[in-house]
Amino acid sequence: MFKNIGPLLFSRGTKVGVVMKKFAQLIKTIDSTNKTNVKVAALTEYFKIAPNKDKLWTIAILSHRRPKRPVNTTLLREWATELSNIPLWLFEESYHIVGDLAETIALILPKNETSSTKSLAAYISEIQTLRSLPEAEKKDYLHTNWMRLNYYERFVFNKIITGSFRIGVSQKLMTRALAKATDIEQDILAYKLMGNWTPDNTTFQKLILEENEEDYLSKPYPFYLAYAVEDDFEEELQDISNWSFEHKWDGIRAQVILRNDEVFVWSRGEELVTDKFPEFQRFLDEIPNGTVLDGEIIPFGKGSIGNFKDLQTRIGRKNVTKALLKKTPVILIAYDLLEWKGEDIRQKAFVERRKLLDKLVNECDCERFGLYLSETMQFSTWEAAAKERNRSREKRSEGLMLKKKDSPYLVGRKKGDWWKWKVDPFTIDGVLTYAMRGHGRRANLYTDYTFGLWDGDELVTFAKAYSGLTDKEFRQVDAWIKKNTLERFGPVRSVTPHHVFEIAFEGIAESKRHKSGVATRFPRIVRWRKDKPIEEANTLDDLKALIPK
Amino acid sequence: MKQPLLVFNDKGIYCKQADVYIDAWKPVDKCIVTHGHADHSRWGHKQYITHTNNVPIIKHRLGDIVVAGKEWNETFTINGVTFSLHPAGHIVASSQVRVEYKGEVWVFTGDFKTENDGLAQPFEPVSCHTFITECTFGLPAFKWVPQNEVFSDINSWWNTNKEEGKTSVLFGYSLGKAQRLLKHLDTSIGTIYTHGAIENMTEVLRENYSFPATVRVTRDTKKEAIKGNIVLAPPSAHGGTWIRKMAPFVTASASGWMTFRGARRRRAIDKGFVLSDHADWNGLLDTIKATGCDKVIATHGYTDIFSRYLREELGYDARTEQTQYEENITETEQKLDNVSG
Repeated sequence: MFKNIGPLLFSRGTKVGVVMKKFAQLIKTIDSTNKTNVKVAALTEYFKIAPNKDKLWTIAILSHRRPKRPVNTTLLREWATELSNIPLWLFEESYHIVGDLAETIALILPKNETSSTKSLAAYISEIQTLRSLPEAEKKDYLHTNWMRLNYYERFVFNKIITGSFRIGVSQKLMTRALAKATDIEQDILAYKLMGNWTPDNTTFQKLILEENEEDYLSKPYPFYLAYAVEDDFEEELQDISNWSFEHKWDGIRAQVILRNDEVFVWSRGEELVTDKFPEFQRFLDEIPNGTVLDGEIIPFGKGSIGNFKDLQTRIGRKNVTKALLKKTPVILIAYDLLEWKGEDIRQKAFVERRKLLDKLVNECDCERFGLYLSETMQFSTWEAAAKERNRSREKRSEGLMLKKKDSPYLVGRKKGDWWKWKVDPFTIDGVLTYAMRGHGRRANLYTDYTFGLWDGDELVTFAKAYSGLTDKEFRQVDAWIKKNTLERFGPVRSVTPHHVFEIAFEGIAESKRHKSGVATRFPRIVRWRKDKPIEEANTLDDLKALIPK
Repeated sequence: MKQPLLVFNDKGIYCKQADVYIDAWKPVDKCIVTHGHADHSRWGHKQYITHTNNVPIIKHRLGDIVVAGKEWNETFTINGVTFSLHPAGHIVASSQVRVEYKGEVWVFTGDFKTENDGLAQPFEPVSCHTFITECTFGLPAFKWVPQNEVFSDINSWWNTNKEEGKTSVLFGYSLGKAQRLLKHLDTSIGTIYTHGAIENMTEVLRENYSFPATVRVTRDTKKEAIKGNIVLAPPSAHGGTWIRKMAPFVTASASGWMTFRGARRRRAIDKGFVLSDHADWNGLLDTIKATGCDKVIATHGYTDIFSRYLREELGYDARTEQTQYEENITETEQKLDNVSG
């Protein structure tokens, strides 16, 4: 350990001299291992030695609180291309194969071996000011700095500019490392890290180290997330009377917080979405301060549960207009109570929390202002539960939730107390018709496939899928595709119809935008049906018959 | 219209005038073979012609075959067509093939790299009119660093693992990459162990080349003996039961594909070293320029992109041809991993 810290502390007289480099090394270490322990160790080490400002930015970046993008990606591409002295189309082709813009730029630029001497925080502050500079100065800044950084620093620099630092560090993993470095409990840290702080409106000291009551006003609790049931779970879960059942609603998981006469709505992605759902302001009329509800936001037009698709328009729009509110009204189906009368009641047993929730909702005329209860059910046999699960599609749910009656409300995804028992997906056998080269880790393989169904003697495209096969199967299909290409269209190849794949999907709806007239949700490959000739693949009519009436 | 000197048919690259194939992918009567990798030296030809140092290699791989060995630059004429082999630098004993008929010269590279790796006869550009080239790494994203830097990284990786009490398992194809790695490992750190497939091939090569001492991992090899040392293994050993004997171990792969962050993750390998036996973007372009050719045919790799660049940006008469190099599914995964690397 000392060997690593030594030069950092002493050789240049100051810590600041090598911190961007240190951050780039941290990302490199994380990026070049699949082992969680190695990642946690590297992060912990970093959190112990980095300056507070850099730590805070590191936490922010790893929890997707990036600075606003100062330059649009079109300009980034042009300027990188210019510096690399290659045509733009060649950059685009390379980008398609590499699959990541920040990585592509870092690779394409002329090589440079020197390293930066600035801190991470200093870089970010420069990037933030960059936003308001004229284009020529932006370009100048990027050209200068690209050529000052080595490959990995350049990659990190680009990532900060373009955002989306997806490098296999979950919030949970980061919190674990931070807990090790600070000796603060993980659950407490998770709570501190929630909410809409940014490194510009707080400090490491304030956010992480200090107790601060005021900050807690809008803060949600970390969501407890369920695992999918495993094979033979009925035996594992033992006595069915220990379990409470509910339908699994298909909407946006959210906490609605009422404190100090204010309403805050948080989505599971830890986004404050209060503005998107003004209807929940009415909760204040009936529900007392010091209440936190956990539930699902569901589209609810014409008095019944609507399509998940409609919710996306509610989230996607910058302004929620009156017309939109009228077209796509939403409700909250509540299923848990986390705070009651200002007290954190997550440690109470699930049934106790539910008793309080049921009383709260039943005592007011809540449905009038969009608050519904997720009905709990008890079953005496697993067969009876399975029967209810089979009714999920007609109830417009995704299956059942199983919650242990005596369980507290835990933090994050933990096995044991909550399980989701989803309905089996729809499946259909389609014919491979087109293939496209994969991105990133599958860059040299054809792994993105298009599937068709029979409509008379024609194959009509109905779904695209790029997951579900093993690496070995992908290689086999890839090799086959390369030998059986009919035509090439840029990165796409049409292939001889020959292979049948079983495709699973979660939802199905009519669609005017698709040539087949049908849109499927989460299509993925289940199996390579080597046993089936293409004549035995399904027809478009078979697919349409699955649309719920 | 005049027949081109070399054509691409369903069996391979064919010279009609001489009735000879180069690196054919289906059995033919007479075949010139550029190097020992499975997709270039296939089974079933009646007669093979290759570099003398490649003779023991393909005999080891293909068994009892009829093969004639040639030296670099040695010319041989068949029905008025003059052939000669020239160093390709890809792996030990790998050649380019020069074909000349009535003053017209074509060169096929097979696979090649421009950097002198200290083992294979260094690459030499050959003047020609038409240049048939691989372009496995024909994208500007691929830029190699000098191999001494990579080997210094590899050796310090080994050293660090040793200090942490772990065994280093380094993957490389049993012909070519494994020996290149072997040649440059720092034996002062520890002992070099080898997987049987690599040991067998290396034994064949010791006839013409010198390497550091290696120890074959056998059933009798003691677990404690391996600890902290380095093990060279083919990529196919990854994830199998064989590797368990090395525990606790760390894995690494040395390949051009390690350029992509995603490639290493896909293979679930701890560490990736960017070390390729193919030419990088600048290597390809510099070579084409050095041949003085005006026609280029790209055979495998990012052919469409590469030939478009040559046409549109550099004004070459460039096109692509379908071959079956790198595309054979009947071979093992080991091969797939390597040909790419």
